[in-house]
Parts: sequence; C-alpha cells; structure tokens
Amino acid sequence: MSARLNLEPALARPDDFYEALIAAHRDLTDAQSLALNCRLVLVLANHVGDLDVLLEALRVAREADAAPG
Amino acid sequence: MKSYANPVFEYRRSPDQREGAPARHPVVVVGAGPVGLCTAIDLAANGTPVVVLDDDQTVSVGSRAVCYAKRTLEILDRLGCGQPVVDRGISWSRGRVFLLEREVFGFDLLPETGHARPAFVNLQQYHFEEVLVARAAQLPLLDLRWRNRVTALEPGADGVDLTVQTPDGPYRLRADWLVAADGARSPVRHLMGLESRGQVFHDRFLIADVLMKLDHPTERWFWFDPPFHPGQSVLLHRQADNVWRVDFQLGWDADPEEEKKPERVLPRLRAMLGDREFELEWVSVYTFQCRRMDRFRHGRVLFAGDSAHQVSPFGARGANSGIQDADALAWRLAAVVAGHAGEAALDAWAHEREAAADENILNSTRSTDFITPKSATARAFRDATLALAAHHPFARRLVNSGRLSVPATVDASPANTPEDEGFGAPAMRPGAPSTDAPLATPAGAPAWWLSRIGGRFDLLLFDDGLPPERSAAAIDALAAALRAERAPAWALHLVLPPDPRRAAAIAEHLSAPAGAPVSMLLDPDRLLGQRCDARPGTTYLLRPDQHVCARWRSARPDAIAAAMRRALGAGPEPVAHAAAPALVSQA
Repeated sequence: MSARLNLEPALARPDDFYEALIAAHRDLTDAQSLALNCRLVLVLANHVGDLDVLLEALRVAREADAAPG
Repeated sequence: MKSYANPVFEYRRSPDQREGAPARHPVVVVGAGPVGLCTAIDLAANGTPVVVLDDDQTVSVGSRAVCYAKRTLEILDRLGCGQPVVDRGISWSRGRVFLLEREVFGFDLLPETGHARPAFVNLQQYHFEEVLVARAAQLPLLDLRWRNRVTALEPGADGVDLTVQTPDGPYRLRADWLVAADGARSPVRHLMGLESRGQVFHDRFLIADVLMKLDHPTERWFWFDPPFHPGQSVLLHRQADNVWRVDFQLGWDADPEEEKKPERVLPRLRAMLGDREFELEWVSVYTFQCRRMDRFRHGRVLFAGDSAHQVSPFGARGANSGIQDADALAWRLAAVVAGHAGEAALDAWAHEREAAADENILNSTRSTDFITPKSATARAFRDATLALAAHHPFARRLVNSGRLSVPATVDASPANTPEDEGFGAPAMRPGAPSTDAPLATPAGAPAWWLSRIGGRFDLLLFDDGLPPERSAAAIDALAAALRAERAPAWALHLVLPPDPRRAAAIAEHLSAPAGAPVSMLLDPDRLLGQRCDARPGTTYLLRPDQHVCARWRSARPDAIAAAMRRALGAGPEPVAHAAAPALVSQA
C-alpha cells in the first residue's frame, strides 16, 4: 500500500509559511512568479516522491477550483 | 550529395509476367525499405520463399533514419548482416543535454559491459538499406523486384490478388499472405480503405546533413535554447563518411519551402559551427505525427513499420520499432506457411506489436510535449525543469530530449506462458528479448549468447548440478519429448560453470540422438546466469526471434512442449488438432 495524501493540518506555523510564500514572489513579474511556482512544484513533487500521492494532490488541487462556495 | 550517390537497381522482367493464370506465392512483401527487407531476409534465410515488390529502384533518398538501436543490430546479426552495419556506422552510447551555453547532464545508454553490440550505431538509411539489399541478393528464396508498383488489390479469405504495374505493363499475382511494409503513406493501406489515426504535432524541424571534419566525441548532443538558435532546440548526431546530422527546431510558423533554401540554412549552420568549413549534403523540413492503425492484421494482410504506426523522430523509435515488427512476424509467418502454426499466431503478432506501438507512441509523445510545449504553462514547467536540472540531479530525470528506443517487452502477449513464482531478473521475463552475455565453448572459444540463438526455438538449460549421468539422462529425455512434437526446429543449450571437465563428463553420458541439436556453453563470468537469475536447473524457452516465452525453475518436458505450442498460437492442444484456436487476440 502506498501512502495517502495528507489533507489534515500539518503546518506547525501556517502564518510563517504563508508569509514566506508571498515574500518569495515579491518584486517578481508575473512571468517570473510563474517560473518560481513551477520550480517550487517540481521541488516539492520530488520530495513527496510517491506518484499516487501526487496524482491525488493534482486531483484535489484541480477540483478545489470547481467546487461551489 | 558529395559523400554518396544512390545506386540504381535494374528492373528485371519476372517469369510471373507471362500471360496466363497469376503466379501464386506464399508471401509477398510490399516495400523494400528496412522493414520489408528484414521481413523478407528472415523468411528466405529460414526457408520460406518470398517475393518483394518495390515501386522504386534505389535505396533511401537522403539519410532519413540514422540511429539504429542495439536490438536492431542483434536482429541483423541473426539475419547475417549486423557486422557490415556496425563496420560502416558510428557506434555510440553516450549523450549530453545542454541548456543555453551550459551542459546540464550526460547519460550512458549502455553502462554495463558484456554485450556484443553497442547501444546505438548511427548510419545513413541509404547505407543501411544497401547492406540489406546485398544480404537479400545472397538468398535464393528471396525474389526482389524493383519498379514493381501495386496498383490494385483484392483481399480474399485465403489470399490476396494483386495487380502490379511495371515498365513492361501490368501483371497479376496471388499472395497467400501480404506484408505491407510500404511506409507512412502506405499505398496498400489506401487501396484497402484503411486509416492510421493519431495526433499531428504543431512544430516544424529542419534537418541539415553537413559534410565536415569535426573533432567531436561520438555522442548525441541536444541543446535547449542554445545561443546559436535562441528559443528552440537543436540535435546533433554524427553519421558515417564525416556527415553530421543537425536537426533545428523551427516552430509551427516556419515556411517549409523558404527554410529549405541554402540562404536560410547556411546562416543557421554558421551560427552554430562558426568559421569551420562545411558543405551542405541534404536538407529536409518535416513535421510529424504520432499515429497508428487500429489493427495491424487485416485477414491475409499484415501491416508492419511506418504503414502501421508512426512516431516523432525523438527517440529513434520509427525504423527500430518497424524492424522489431519484422523480427516478431517472420518466424510466425514461416510457421503458418509450413503448417506448424495456425492464424492465431498472427493475431498474437498483431497484439504484441499494437501494444509495442502504443508504448512507442507514448514515449515519443511525451518527448515531443517536452521539446514542443503546447501552452505557456507547459513551457514554464519545461523551463523550470531545465533550470533545476542544472543544479539538482532529481530534475535531470524529468528532462526529456527523447527516450531512446528500447525493445518492447510484450508482457500481455498470448504467446507467453506464465512464469514460476519468485523469479528475479525482470529484464528476462516472458515477453522480453533475450539479454546478451559473453560465453565460451567447452574448447574455450568465445561465443556471445545471442550469436548462438534464433531462427528456431532455443531451450536454455542451466546446469542442474546433478551427477553427470543424471544430468545427461534429463537432457536426453527432454530432447526425446521435443522430437515427438510436430514443431519447427529447435536447439538445446546447456550452460555450465566454467569447468570443461563438467562439460566432458556430461557429454560422455549423452546419447545425442540424431536430429537433436544439443550444445554446451560455459558461462565464465557467470553473467548469463546472473542476468537470468539462474539456479541449478533453471530453464528458459526462447522463440525464434530470441524473445523469452517461458521460464521455469526446473525443466518439465510436457510443460516445455506446451509452451512451444502456445508461442505458436495454439491452445494447450497439439497444433495438428487445433481446429478452434483458443488464443485469439482481443485487440
């Protein structure tokens, strides 16, 4: 059995992470921000490693946009 | 071209062109390209007469397919013409990928030793075809007819009627089996109203073959966004005769006619090559598709190579996969013609090669999507991958400049017998082409494993380690059981530890009956043993195309005979009684 995607709260300091994420994009053009996000996705995907978890993450991320509310 | 002049093969009138009833042939192959010639050579070399019809009278015009994979070389070795291709060509196994001016990483496609052939040989397609034409000319059963164009065909239940146009006018032929190896635009496919369907890629590429002296390692070099061709990719390959293949990505908006003009091509080359002297040999602008026919077998007509499936050139999966089609087809067709196999064997062939085409199309499509991203976001991810690859090994595995041709392992083939539990060596599982390994004869002469097998069923027995008289008795029993089968030719290879005394002791007790080819080989480095996960008594059954179709931890004569029948497309019943084949492809 492979691991499952963890959707429970796991960030110990969520506000610190969020601030760092926004700060990483400061002063970047939209194109530079897109490039940064792409690199970030790839780095994190490699850290996760498990394809099933990644496929689940892709599904969750894509469905959140279509969800009502 | 400076480095090459196309030969002209003469049209000769065939006795079949006389008035009267059409001549009947067991197999007619349409197309004398790499796939058609390999099919015909395999058939003729192993005893099946074959007629090849080609509408032209020369080999490939232009270098076209230049990268021939290890498996192709092994197939050619079996067909008796691997060496001239290796001798004329440029062997390589390493590649490098560049981003902008910087090398991002290098790779080696054959990092281990103990294989007779290199990962790849680069050779212009015209040279490659010349080797095949020369080999074909040595075979009395192969009738190669130039300037013979099929203009009409009528498929029937037990054969195909053909109308063939020649300089002397038309004539008619009847083929029991027709192999359509007539290329991407396959006239046979069109005459039958059939389609090859798939995806067209919106990009254009310029091939420039350049004659020059260049001190450059024999490696595949691929650039993303190099300074000499900004925003696009470039691929460089060395060919024979100091000819270099440069492949420039142009983008979809490029005008193919304009881009072929020397005044457009030369500046691109000068930007790349600087002040070096060079001459332009051949130029071509191409687009490509990934597509295939739904089914490769249509009754008595079998589609092989580009007529059945097409891929992008990145990965060298076109000609190489077509030659694998031929490899998997010829022995089956020969067995059907000889009455050793039913038509289910040909359905199994189609099943295997349709699956292989899907694998090749998948790999080729992924490479193309990386090289030619379809959207701004896809491009951003591609560039992000390359940027990371310069610093981090993990990202290098995502960079896709072409996943180079490896033979398909046909796991789902109806020809496979399920293996015993607990086998390692997944590279030698049923459906895989056999690995190579350096062996020796008991007299001490070196012998590559793959050079000993093919063209018949081969049984690989690893020494059971029993006392020699008992080992010999088991081999005699096996040989007797196989002789009782109504089957094509077979041979038995006993692989022993590197101790000639063991071989001598077993040989002394073998009854070696007539018509039972039994040979002994020593495994000096135990590489074949390792690559087969061998234990005492481990047994492999290999098809005439050198693919594993069954393996066991111990050899049981009835199981081996059943596996052979299954590989030939029969159910568990002997072939002679197989009225209703049990293993029809579901494709």
